[in-house]
Amino acid sequence: MTYDVAIIGAGVTGAMTARLLSSYKLKTVLVEKTNDVAMGASKANSAIVHAGFDAKPGTLKAKLNVKGCAMMPQTCRDLSVPYKNNGSLVVAFSDEEMDTVRELYDRGMANGVQGMTILNQAELRALEPKISDEAKGALSAGTAGIVCPYELTIASTENAVNNGVDFMRNAEVTAISDDGEIFTITTAAGEIRAKYIINAAGCYSDVIARMVGDDSFDIAVRSGEYYVLDRSVGNTVSHTIFQCPTIMGKGILVTPTVDGNLLIGPTADDVGERDNLATTDAGLANVRKLAMKSVPSVSTRDAITSFTGLRAHPVSDDFVIGASKANARFINAAGIESPGLSAAPATAEYVAEKLFASMGATPEKNPDYNPYREAPVRFRHMTAEERTALVKENPAYGRIICRCETITEGEIIDAIKAPAGARDVDGVKRRTRAGMGRCQGGFCGSKVVEILARELDVPVNTITKFGGNSNILYERTK
Amino acid sequence: MINYDLVVVGGGPAGMAAALKAEECGVKKIIILERAETLGGILEQCIHTGFGLQYFKEELSGPEYAGRFIELVNKSNIDVKTDTMVLNISKDNVVTAVNKDDGLLMFNAKAVVLAMGCRERPRGALPTLAGTRPSGIMTAGTAQKYVNIDGYMPGKKIVILGSGDIGLIMARRMTLEGAEVKMVCELMPYSGGLTRNIVQCLNDFDIPLYLSTTVIKTHGKERLEGVTIAKVDERFNVIEGTEQYVECDTLMLSVGLIPENELTTGVGIKMDPVTRGAYVSEMRETDHPGIFACGNVLQVHDLVDFVTLEAQIAGEGAAKYILDKASFDNAEYIEPVKGFGVRYIVPQKMNIKSEKDIELYFRVGAVYPNAKVVLEADGQVISSKKKIKLAPGEMESVTVPVSVLKTLTKDSNVTVRVEV
Repeated sequence: MTYDVAIIGAGVTGAMTARLLSSYKLKTVLVEKTNDVAMGASKANSAIVHAGFDAKPGTLKAKLNVKGCAMMPQTCRDLSVPYKNNGSLVVAFSDEEMDTVRELYDRGMANGVQGMTILNQAELRALEPKISDEAKGALSAGTAGIVCPYELTIASTENAVNNGVDFMRNAEVTAISDDGEIFTITTAAGEIRAKYIINAAGCYSDVIARMVGDDSFDIAVRSGEYYVLDRSVGNTVSHTIFQCPTIMGKGILVTPTVDGNLLIGPTADDVGERDNLATTDAGLANVRKLAMKSVPSVSTRDAITSFTGLRAHPVSDDFVIGASKANARFINAAGIESPGLSAAPATAEYVAEKLFASMGATPEKNPDYNPYREAPVRFRHMTAEERTALVKENPAYGRIICRCETITEGEIIDAIKAPAGARDVDGVKRRTRAGMGRCQGGFCGSKVVEILARELDVPVNTITKFGGNSNILYERTK
Repeated sequence: MINYDLVVVGGGPAGMAAALKAEECGVKKIIILERAETLGGILEQCIHTGFGLQYFKEELSGPEYAGRFIELVNKSNIDVKTDTMVLNISKDNVVTAVNKDDGLLMFNAKAVVLAMGCRERPRGALPTLAGTRPSGIMTAGTAQKYVNIDGYMPGKKIVILGSGDIGLIMARRMTLEGAEVKMVCELMPYSGGLTRNIVQCLNDFDIPLYLSTTVIKTHGKERLEGVTIAKVDERFNVIEGTEQYVECDTLMLSVGLIPENELTTGVGIKMDPVTRGAYVSEMRETDHPGIFACGNVLQVHDLVDFVTLEAQIAGEGAAKYILDKASFDNAEYIEPVKGFGVRYIVPQKMNIKSEKDIELYFRVGAVYPNAKVVLEADGQVISSKKKIKLAPGEMESVTVPVSVLKTLTKDSNVTVRVEV
């Protein structure tokens, strides 16, 4: 069969684009290299919906960020994804930094950002009592928010699949050929034929582009290290606290997450390697030091995990979106670094616009399109009455597997059986939060392995942490 | 709402002993709520021996030790619900739980014993351990479950970080299963485990123990491929130039246990920041009337035998609360003072009107060879016991006899200290 569109890369950009295309009469396939969606930048970032004052006026980053930020609340409602409009603060620690704050305000105005104010020290402290005494003032952005980035990707993919999109995992693209009408995409999971390609391959988007002879852009992979702190300190601050940005990015932030943890980071280092997710002594030390500059009470004694995310930094410094000069049927959605998550709903629309321009016409709407993704069962958020009714209906919801986050067996089974569902332990974790708590899967990890093996009907020693050779168990003991 | 005299949260050794003792003291309606499918708690996966030497005066395996109590519970009138998770405890002692068969359960309890045990510190609790996050990094207890319960090998070339007892036990266990245990690294200049475990689990198998050594980095993208270890100075800073790469596919962590007190803090019970357990009286009653705590949820023990003894104190205390609440009204408490070398004392407060001797359990903060444990009351030395070695890895105790308690007033000072 020949697809109308193949989207390479199931990060937030690819997934949201797939969902949007599923609202048209198009046969679309979402092609992913790894065992799950959201395995690149989309699973490891600051989880922030930026207001849009950072990017230079006139750039795609600026335009799509402001639009995406405005679209995000409705998008998250439609997809039942946790989102909170908590507002952000860019804190200044000197008079020079107050000048930067004023510049950011002006830039925000030029970008069309609403709801910004400049706060003096007293106003800032009234809003965030735990902020450092050294803070002189801040830029407050009322439209900023926080979102769960992997759940947004998962929900978009589920919704896309329910609306007819095919999802292929473990399908690393190794070559692309073109007969002028149809691309043949060689993947680790077999060949795919498609009339159009959308390149949403993140840190590898320049590599994919070169497969069709497009060498017009380069990706310089930039790493960022973070700590996640325990929920017991999740309300240390209510806003997302930035420091003044530098040439390398928006600096170290301290922010609550939609799941009630506290997130601190990221560093910004050009690493050169495209898939090196190692944290470093120096990076982690830097996060510890700089987070305390904003909020002195932050302590990594409360850390439950640390991680590295990789940003697909475009050397041109702006998103690379549009038909390739090398092949008009190959649409780049590349160089999507921050504010890529914030922009994602708007980016999907912009990519579709470019695709339809290449097609020469806007396709017919899919009359069966359903934009809503039903909310998954979340036992931990239910009332006693709801819990009673739920367990009566399906006893699997009466068995708690993850005690830290109160996740039931029923929720884990749902995550495995969902469209484009979980196939590994980390996939279950991102979909349900089993293993995300303070014991980090120490208690539930082996139970999740068991449930995965049972539901997928495979031996337990084939279950992986995150695909590939990340198996957890070897053979049986003697 | 189901009415019970006593609800025991947790069916491990602590919960079972507390329930049995309460019944022995005359409490009629008792239920144990256990989240696993069977009673016994973590003992079920501890198939090695060494349990019961103090309590039963014989050497038993974990399942055997648990089995003796399970048998007693089965013969008793104590109700048990397994595969049942307690979700929360309200301020008026209503215990809410859930399971597959009954759905949501609410128990109205006259008294509650908290016996939820503890959990292992995971990798994330080591904020300076850098590197990748592949498969093959697990706590020693998780590895123990995979090998002993599930029957699968979780690794073949193993480095163990932390010389706590579970780490030492797993060094031997994995060796016996045919894995190569390359080393045990310990950040501190001494082991946190029992001496007998160092001898029987490491020395007997020629497994090296590197003290003042830690793992600073993990390597490998999918499965663990190796770790970097390094020596640390007395302030635990890495000594440059001592870094060494060790090839391995598994890193097992035995870096401490944390009492599992989510339910406890949910009620708003006062906690001891050192033990990370509740602040309790000599009866093991928390500052919330009618809620008692015992076993590893109160303080991490070295031996299950001491868990049993502590649970019996809590069971007796809960029985007294249920049957003779008025007797609690006359109590007059003082806090025993942590003198030189003492990190914590359990109980944190004691009733000077107690009609029984009070045993104070404590741990020291460093290794003290040839030292003395001294108990003083109002400046008078009550007892002074010589010890060949005091170490943080071994819990100590000292008795405050009733005869001394009778001499005390609410302004008295009772101090436990180390004399070197």
